[in-house]
Amino acid sequence: MRQTRSKNVGITLFILLLLTPIYWLLNMSFKTNQEILGGLTLWPQNFTLDNYAVIFTDPSWYNGYINSMIYVSINVTITLLVALPAAYAFSRYKFLGDKHLFFWLLSNRMAPPAVFLLPFFQLYSSIGLFDTHIAVALAHCLFNVPLAVWILEGFMSGVPREYDEMAYIDGYSFPKFFVKVFLPMIRSGIGVTAFFAFMFSWVELLLARTLTSVDAQPIGAIMTRTIGASGIDWGVLAAAGSLTIIPGLLVIWFVRNHVAKGFALGRV
Amino acid sequence: MQKVQNNKAWWLVLPVFLLVAFSALIPLMTVVNYSVQDIFGPGQAFYVGTEWFKEVLSNERLQDSLIRQFIFSGAVLLIQIPLGIGVALMMPKSGIKGSLCLILLAIPLLIPWNVVGTIWQIFARGDIGLFGWGINQLGIDYNYTGDTLDAWLTVLLMDVWHWTPLVALLCYSGLRAIPEAFYQAAEIDRASKWAVFRYIQLPRLKSVLIIAVLLRFMDSFMIYIEPFVLTGGGPGSSTTFLSQTLTTMAIGQFDLGRAAAFSLIYFLIVLLISWLFFTAITHADKEK
Repeated sequence: MRQTRSKNVGITLFILLLLTPIYWLLNMSFKTNQEILGGLTLWPQNFTLDNYAVIFTDPSWYNGYINSMIYVSINVTITLLVALPAAYAFSRYKFLGDKHLFFWLLSNRMAPPAVFLLPFFQLYSSIGLFDTHIAVALAHCLFNVPLAVWILEGFMSGVPREYDEMAYIDGYSFPKFFVKVFLPMIRSGIGVTAFFAFMFSWVELLLARTLTSVDAQPIGAIMTRTIGASGIDWGVLAAAGSLTIIPGLLVIWFVRNHVAKGFALGRV
Repeated sequence: MQKVQNNKAWWLVLPVFLLVAFSALIPLMTVVNYSVQDIFGPGQAFYVGTEWFKEVLSNERLQDSLIRQFIFSGAVLLIQIPLGIGVALMMPKSGIKGSLCLILLAIPLLIPWNVVGTIWQIFARGDIGLFGWGINQLGIDYNYTGDTLDAWLTVLLMDVWHWTPLVALLCYSGLRAIPEAFYQAAEIDRASKWAVFRYIQLPRLKSVLIIAVLLRFMDSFMIYIEPFVLTGGGPGSSTTFLSQTLTTMAIGQFDLGRAAAFSLIYFLIVLLISWLFFTAITHADKEK
């Protein structure tokens, strides 16, 4: 029993430390700028929602959140649609160049975004996609698709081949088998993959910022506006930062059981 | 699993291939194209061969940031992997407490990277930040905008804060995949805690740990936004990592040829290390 207690204390302590910077951000977002700069207070003395009001009343602010959500959703959809059949192929068949293809895919996850910054800008400008949500979504596929194939392949390899064969004997066509039988079996895998795809697309800013200017600008890029001539507007900056945490919280809430169920992935 | 040879499987892989080829091969070719030319403006480019590569390899600024990068990535792996495993072992196995831990742990992962930088920029400041203020109250002179070591440690601490949860989450999932029977068998054998960890948990964690190490290595090697927001690469160039040096060169100075050559070398380094790691693991697996 003593063991469990020390474990509980350990994990509680770690999570508390993890949450301190976030508490500080939240704390600050409810303060006025005078109070922030006036001195250290552990709790807002003059509780105010003005900082949030600034964001929710100004379209150029809240559109940033909408833009980010749009390209992240498009990215997660594309990623899952293309990665599912590919992961199935990798988990079930040997084919010409499969190992090389797999490593090549992964190698794109390894490419530093900074390397592709300029060519991406030129590529998407030349095909007229600059400053659109789809451009950012496509660019993020570069690192999300390889990861998705990798994770899904691990889950799919865990499903015995016999299921595939049984479904054929029962007269299922391949698409029907795939959608009706196979996908429900790897539900957790799809949940986990969607979580990772969402996460890496939501947090990325370098590419998102380079590929947009006005119409599809992500919230991260808009936040730099708080640095004005009169210095940094700390309160609004903190409020904007706090709001970026919410979509992530919703996503992890939906997939928590899939992650908790456990997955031993990887094809190594 | 026994796999069947079937080249028709290519049809299933084709969408991925085309999509990734579109966003990877065309830009990569552009970079290769730049790397062998000297570009003064539109239509004014000269073929210079391997000139840029030679220059980049002997450029001291780049060598310095490469060394900084290696030290940083090494420190990141050394701290985050053991810490992540430890946290995963401490987490409650199931129930509402398990879910709660999971959600709270995942929060830092889901914050946009520039916001992570902003959070720490505020949090570590001596005047308005709890952390910086607290350290100063302890009588330690701490100032991450002025002192090289402080800046370095702050960036490292930020990264540990940001990414240890990823290692922990992956390990936690891996631990949940171990059948209960394994633990029961260990109990019958009166295996010690350490033996359970060493011979049951650790081997079973291998596949998730490979993912964790690869992801952490690749991402820490490409770190850009967080230190850029936090310290701007300073003081001096003490926290200027590779990506930032590269971005300054390509966008800031518009030095395309040199930046492109540097990009390729950078990419090859990441590729080489990841490949070495990957094959080393696969080989060790086969020998068993």
